[in-house]
Amino acid sequence: MTGTATSTPRAVPLAVYGVAGLAGLLVLAEALPRLGVVPARYLPPATEILSALGREVSTGAFWTALGHTLVAWAAGLAIAAGAGIVLGIVIGAVPGLRAATASTIEFLRPIPSVALIPLAVLLYGTDLKSSLLLVVYASFWQVLIQVLAGVQDVDPIAEETARSYGLGWWYRIRYVLWPTALPYLLTGVRLAAAVALILAITAELVIGSPGLGAEIAVAQTSNALPAMYALIVVTGLLGVLINLGARALERHLLSWHQSIRGAA
Amino acid sequence: MKKILLAVGLPVVLVAAWYLLSYGSESFYVPPLRTILAALVDTWTPDRLRADVLPSVLRLLGGFVLATALGVAVGVVIGTHRRVRAAAEPVLEFFRAIPPPVLIPVVMIFAGIGDTMKILVIVFGCIWPILLNTVEGVRAVDSVLSDTARSYGIGGPARLWHLVLRGASPQIVTGMRQALSIAIILMVISEMFAASNGLGFTIVQFQRSFAIPEMWSGTIVLGLLGVVLSVLFRLAESRVLSWYHGLRGTQRQS
Repeated sequence: MTGTATSTPRAVPLAVYGVAGLAGLLVLAEALPRLGVVPARYLPPATEILSALGREVSTGAFWTALGHTLVAWAAGLAIAAGAGIVLGIVIGAVPGLRAATASTIEFLRPIPSVALIPLAVLLYGTDLKSSLLLVVYASFWQVLIQVLAGVQDVDPIAEETARSYGLGWWYRIRYVLWPTALPYLLTGVRLAAAVALILAITAELVIGSPGLGAEIAVAQTSNALPAMYALIVVTGLLGVLINLGARALERHLLSWHQSIRGAA
Repeated sequence: MKKILLAVGLPVVLVAAWYLLSYGSESFYVPPLRTILAALVDTWTPDRLRADVLPSVLRLLGGFVLATALGVAVGVVIGTHRRVRAAAEPVLEFFRAIPPPVLIPVVMIFAGIGDTMKILVIVFGCIWPILLNTVEGVRAVDSVLSDTARSYGIGGPARLWHLVLRGASPQIVTGMRQALSIAIILMVISEMFAASNGLGFTIVQFQRSFAIPEMWSGTIVLGLLGVVLSVLFRLAESRVLSWYHGLRGTQRQS
């Protein structure tokens, strides 16, 4: 039923609805405070938020803060992904190691990374390293779990074929394990990228390490509401961009994989 | 027997290593584990648990349950109407992409710093994964089942309960699992931000007064809370979704 509706030329493209939805949100955010449904001292009208956004974008402080957030995000994600890949492959490939580590991983994973906030403050103060500690801890598990699932998914026949052809361990990892685990890994990285942004902003907001989160906290305490909302919008856009980027990366790196080829 | 040994082995080794390596620790920030354990027993008395952990857990559950109810309700509406879905999707994607902790300052403006604020923060943070997964789940309801239900004249609440919600429940549960870990984060952070009781508040209080072993013990309590909640969730999931896991199991065998 949906198939026929989209293929008729007269049907309104679905993207139009999406644009209408976004426009509706903007109109609502403008109308509610203007009409006094929501007090303007709680929620400034959308136009004021947008002009505050314009002012923010023209300041150097904004770009420095954005840079700090992005550095914490990218460095944390890279460390977590690297450690997750290496450990995941080692645990998955060495016999017996998975069974021995399963309970420890299951125990450590649900520990909320925010439990580390006091520790991060004591060890690093408001340094960038505080954010890094939280980001790495939170995103590491996402990657590790996915890599472990990927390693488990290796086709035993392919693995044994590679063995009987006398391929060394490096070649088996490179040509048998890696292609199998890559889709899982990229899912893990996509999840980790979102989590890393959450934790980077959280650390800045709560601890006060430099970045967008700290700017939001400053705007809030100095009662600069339009600026605060503008910065929140920026974090949302950042999140959207990161999601889109991760998906594009997935499509690019997995262009050979059934899940992407089948969809095209 | 071997299974138990494997499950317990590494944790025991790790804790023992921590205990021994930190035994003579002089470092102010990394006290010996025995000091931390002593602090754990002394600090987290039943009174303390009732005064600080219970309110946290109640706020967490309140927010989580509300977010689930709202998320599923709105998700079913959006998921069953194609045009509503097309209109709502970009907006929802944007709201989901906002890191939930930045909502704390916003909600504080509206609701002050009381329990309402904390519950609202948890609701606003948790609702997106539940909502979006419900939308996906409702969309993916088996079309044969859907047509069968229609031709048997099953409609209204019966259709909603037995077909739509049942069919979407694996996805809904996935969303709830993601939401639960967000809920814990938000519970702690909202208490660290502004509170007069609760687990997050207490831990920050210890940290600010440089009561380091107590702070470590609080971190351990928080970690245990996370583990207990995830175990409880998994138990509930395996009960509710036993039909689904069974189905998947037989499909995999065939």
